Amino acid sequence: MAEIKEIRIHGRGGQGAVTYAQLLAISSFYEGFETQAFPKFGVERRGAPVEAYCRISKKTINLRSQVYNPEIIVVLDSSLLESIDICKGMQSGGILIVNTSKKLPNEYHTHKVFTVDASHIALEIFKKDIVNTAMLGAYASVTKELSLKSIFKALEERFKRRPDLIEKNKRAVSAVYHLIQ
Amino acid sequence: MPRKVIEASTAVAEAVKFCKPAVIPMYPITPQTHIVERISEFINDGDLDSEMIHVESEHSALSAAIGSSATGVRTYTATASQGLALMHEVLFVASGMRLPIVMNVANRALSAPINIWNDHSDSMAARDSSWIQLYVESAQEAFDTTIQAFKIAENKKVLLPIMVCLDGFTLSHVYEPVDLPQQSKVNGYLPKYKPSNILDVKKPVSLGPIGYPDSFMHFKKAQQDAMDNALKIIKKSNSEFKTRFKRSYGNGLIETYNLKGAKFAIVCAGSICGTTRVAVDELRKQGIKVGLIKIKCFRPFPKEDIIAACKKLTGVAVIDRAVSFGFEGPMFTDLKAAIFNEKKKPLIHSFIAGLGGRDVTKNDMLTIFKKISKTKKPITEWLLD
Amino acid sequence: MRKIKKKTTTKSIKPVKKIKSKPKKKQELKISVGAAVLTPGSSIKHKTGDWRSMYPDWDKKKCTQCMACWMYCPDDSIPVKNKKRIETDLDFCKGCGICAKECIFGAIEMKKEKK
Repeated sequence: MAEIKEIRIHGRGGQGAVTYAQLLAISSFYEGFETQAFPKFGVERRGAPVEAYCRISKKTINLRSQVYNPEIIVVLDSSLLESIDICKGMQSGGILIVNTSKKLPNEYHTHKVFTVDASHIALEIFKKDIVNTAMLGAYASVTKELSLKSIFKALEERFKRRPDLIEKNKRAVSAVYHLIQ
Repeated sequence: MPRKVIEASTAVAEAVKFCKPAVIPMYPITPQTHIVERISEFINDGDLDSEMIHVESEHSALSAAIGSSATGVRTYTATASQGLALMHEVLFVASGMRLPIVMNVANRALSAPINIWNDHSDSMAARDSSWIQLYVESAQEAFDTTIQAFKIAENKKVLLPIMVCLDGFTLSHVYEPVDLPQQSKVNGYLPKYKPSNILDVKKPVSLGPIGYPDSFMHFKKAQQDAMDNALKIIKKSNSEFKTRFKRSYGNGLIETYNLKGAKFAIVCAGSICGTTRVAVDELRKQGIKVGLIKIKCFRPFPKEDIIAACKKLTGVAVIDRAVSFGFEGPMFTDLKAAIFNEKKKPLIHSFIAGLGGRDVTKNDMLTIFKKISKTKKPITEWLLD
Repeated sequence: MRKIKKKTTTKSIKPVKKIKSKPKKKQELKISVGAAVLTPGSSIKHKTGDWRSMYPDWDKKKCTQCMACWMYCPDDSIPVKNKKRIETDLDFCKGCGICAKECIFGAIEMKKEKK
């Protein structure tokens, strides 16, 4: 692991990319890491492409510039692959985790690619295509640097005001976690 | 209480919760909104017993804060950018009446063109309003400094309002670990506010009357003296905070990082100090002796501390995130003025960077260090690429 | 008008000298924090009626005690005793003439100050 691991999350406004980054920061913190999460500062609109970032390190994170060369990229909505340059600035040997039911075109396979149909699971559990928490399970099983226990703890903290959502989200996280394994 | 990953805005709101102001008049404006939202939640949930006044503008927010503070209760508000600009005339009333209001400013550029992102032009435009200005670098520092601010402002030798400035978005919207203390620990550090001259029907006084030419200057001199006192009180509040919470930020006025043996240093304020630290670390690893001087307290300006920090340097780059149009960066001007009469002083360079949310990266800092170590003439430059 | 202007400009140095020659007040001016006035009701000592050029002359006989003048006076200069108005308080009356204008019984007439 580099001194600071940088992660970029792509989604569409309303899909929870920003919450994903926050949950990743909270749960990785419970794993013993120093973390930092922030959105791409801009004017948010529902449906528009959204980016959020996360930094994870064993040491205090002082760096406060934006993320340009992520090691890991998480894509919550595969339709973004056609509209924007998802892998821009990606470090060589980086990891790409995409929510899709299809196989990615060959051009992406210069990176380590992981795909999972998280939408399918989200529709089953939430009756809505909101996949951010489910994709947290994907991150955990791909990187092996995050335990389900820490994610659950983060979910409980983040959805303190919406206890009805905690159990469902836990189910979504575990489902994707085990699907990838 | 444990460390927790929270947003810097939440950290500020938590600090306010710990300090228990009685009245909070607020008007939401990007990027300060999350502070208002969190405080509203605390009040709604019964975690904070404060009166939140929903005002119709920032001008009213600070006016209401003045009224509240004049009745002798702890008062808090927060704003940013155009909101601070709209408050401008009221800023002077608050400081002239010597009311210890604490206000967070989530620094954001001023229009036009419309821009919601971070720089320091809003608070720098208010630097002469006799408000103490503290700039913070991290969510933890935002939390700690907001608590310290009440202690400093309410000190009888100071009695001036304080702006605690945190970079909008670049810091205000960042989630990171923050150590939240026990309420009892904060109570021990920050005693109950005991006001002196207050509006009380049982003991009537007049606040905010006319000051005729024969006395007006005396009141202004008293304000200036209070600012001088603040230098000591801020230092003291910082060291007392250190003994109780095991955290401190330099001497409370400035913080030096890796300045020992350094020939060159960057001077800056706010969140870019963190990025500068990373650049300094990288160059130190290569054996290049550079350091950082972080200005935490901009008003009162810590002249003596700056002189001491600059004494052994050959070159200093001041990074301003605001411009005094027609001249130069305000921090650059002040730093030069502070060391002007010194016999031995470094060459001082000016860099204008990160206006309107333009990212300031580690590479920018490395480039600046490279430039100032190679030149014998003062550089004035805008980081545009 | 012109004459007055000339006068003030030519003599403008003199008043400054006059002020200088006056015995100076003590250098140490005691001031409160934030210019607070700590003695309540101190404005009663500051009589504000001395710049008046016209004063309201009240005719007791014509007055019906309708209280319109009392209501309109912006400076609270019409004192009321036993539910009846009494002589205008000329310490604070600035001679604005509102009472004379509002009195429909013609009981108040604005007259030139005799000073």
